[in-house]
Amino acid sequence: MLISKQKPIDEILRYLTGEENIFLVGCKGCAEGCETGGEPQVLEMQQRLREAGKRVTGFSLIDFACNEQLTRMTLAAHDSQIAASDSLLMLCCGSGVQAAAAAVDKAVHPGCNTVSLGGSHAEWREGERCLECGDCVLDYTGGICPVAGCPKNLFHGPCGGSRGGRCEVHPDLPCVWQLIVERLTKLGKADKVDMLIPPKNWGVSLTGGPPPPPVSSPAKTSALQSEAKEV
Amino acid sequence: MKAGTNLEKVLENGIFAVTAEAGPPRGAVPAVIQRKGELLKPYCDALNVTDNQTAIVRMSSLSGCILLKQLGVDPVMQIVCRDRNRIAIQSDVLGSVSLGIGNILCLSGDYQSFGDHPTAKSVYDLDSVQLIQVLHQMRDEKLFVSGEKITGELPIFIGAAENPYADPFEYRVLRLARKIRAGADFIQTQAIFDMEKFARWMEMVTDQGLDKKVHILAGVIPIRSVAMARYMKDYVSGIYVPDEIITRMQQAERPKEEGVRIGLEVIDQLKEVPGVHGVHIMAVGWEDIVPEMTERAGLLTRPVL
Repeated sequence: MLISKQKPIDEILRYLTGEENIFLVGCKGCAEGCETGGEPQVLEMQQRLREAGKRVTGFSLIDFACNEQLTRMTLAAHDSQIAASDSLLMLCCGSGVQAAAAAVDKAVHPGCNTVSLGGSHAEWREGERCLECGDCVLDYTGGICPVAGCPKNLFHGPCGGSRGGRCEVHPDLPCVWQLIVERLTKLGKADKVDMLIPPKNWGVSLTGGPPPPPVSSPAKTSALQSEAKEV
Repeated sequence: MKAGTNLEKVLENGIFAVTAEAGPPRGAVPAVIQRKGELLKPYCDALNVTDNQTAIVRMSSLSGCILLKQLGVDPVMQIVCRDRNRIAIQSDVLGSVSLGIGNILCLSGDYQSFGDHPTAKSVYDLDSVQLIQVLHQMRDEKLFVSGEKITGELPIFIGAAENPYADPFEYRVLRLARKIRAGADFIQTQAIFDMEKFARWMEMVTDQGLDKKVHILAGVIPIRSVAMARYMKDYVSGIYVPDEIITRMQQAERPKEEGVRIGLEVIDQLKEVPGVHGVHIMAVGWEDIVPEMTERAGLLTRPVL
């Protein structure tokens, strides 16, 4: 199970700045078990978004949002609601966020931090999608993860070795930053590639920090807490 | 003045700058880098000391810089994000500034699988843009990444690299702008061979007025042989060698002289490109050619400021 914690609401609302119509997605897999993205949490989030003046266009609970095919099919059933939305808010792990990003041409915002693999990784044919870094940056990167996808973990890529859209370290794989730039450009969010992302909090990751705290404890740190400097 | 290094003075005085590179040895013999320092000192304004370039273990950049400093050379210390976390990097910066090293070039670093220790664990706690931000904050706000106070001044002239030939092309200028916003004072580019593409890149740079905010030194690599040209084309990360250059090297009766000529042509053209404030000659393992090249390119004598 992938252990996730909901991001603080302030951070989520910051992601939604300038957006009015939001489609909510929960996950009946790990996120339900963690009480971060099951039905009660999705309904609660719906309420909080409404209180913040947002319109929730609809919501969907995917059995396993990390399953790209399943996410694609489930979201297809909400086609018109999604078309009428500015973005999707995902209450699930980082793999689920990326599955949705792969399925729809809308901005997807992570509503949770994935803090631990808790046993097994989400499965996706092309390999690892979420490294459970605990400080999800998918909002800044168009729903494509540079922590999992870039060998150098760059937050301001592509590096000088990117050529023809391929990764210089693994030429058989696409340059994840090329994909990020293309996707953000396509979504009209190219300004995000122009942001300065401050040094990341690795203290909450499996590789950099202490063991993750119990699921129920409140989040002490949040993604790039000192807000990324806008241009 | 940010740090008052020789390089900064030359650039701030609007003089077309010349920097070169002194790769440290794969051993602890100081004479190797001292010889390069003595040789190159009269022909350039500052000397870069690489930081385990291509992920091959060498004497540390910091120690190389100290050895050069003792000879009166203005060193440019390169720091890559691959091998050290923010704690080690900030500590090294304090140490290097305390020893009079003022120019620091921020790089993400060649990935370890390209080097002689492919099984190493990489660090990448910061990326190159974040490293620039960190140095800028340390210098201007006197704060560590943590927000804790630094005692005393920390004069640093902050450098960064950019590769006009990497993809996506249009995005490279945005990335340069981002490095400038993060706090870069000077830029050293990847080696320039395709002048047409570089000029297009510089046009976008000057259109955005970025050349007024940062000093751009264009990279030049003198090619020694056709084998070297082919090797760079096929194996060296980020270097783009057009086929035309390979053909010229292949057909040349005296390849070394042809390589020098190609380099001189590039320098001649670079001098005319608006917004270029100098050249950075990377004579990898062929430092002996730099005096002749700078002489023939009309870049001598170097100013004493």
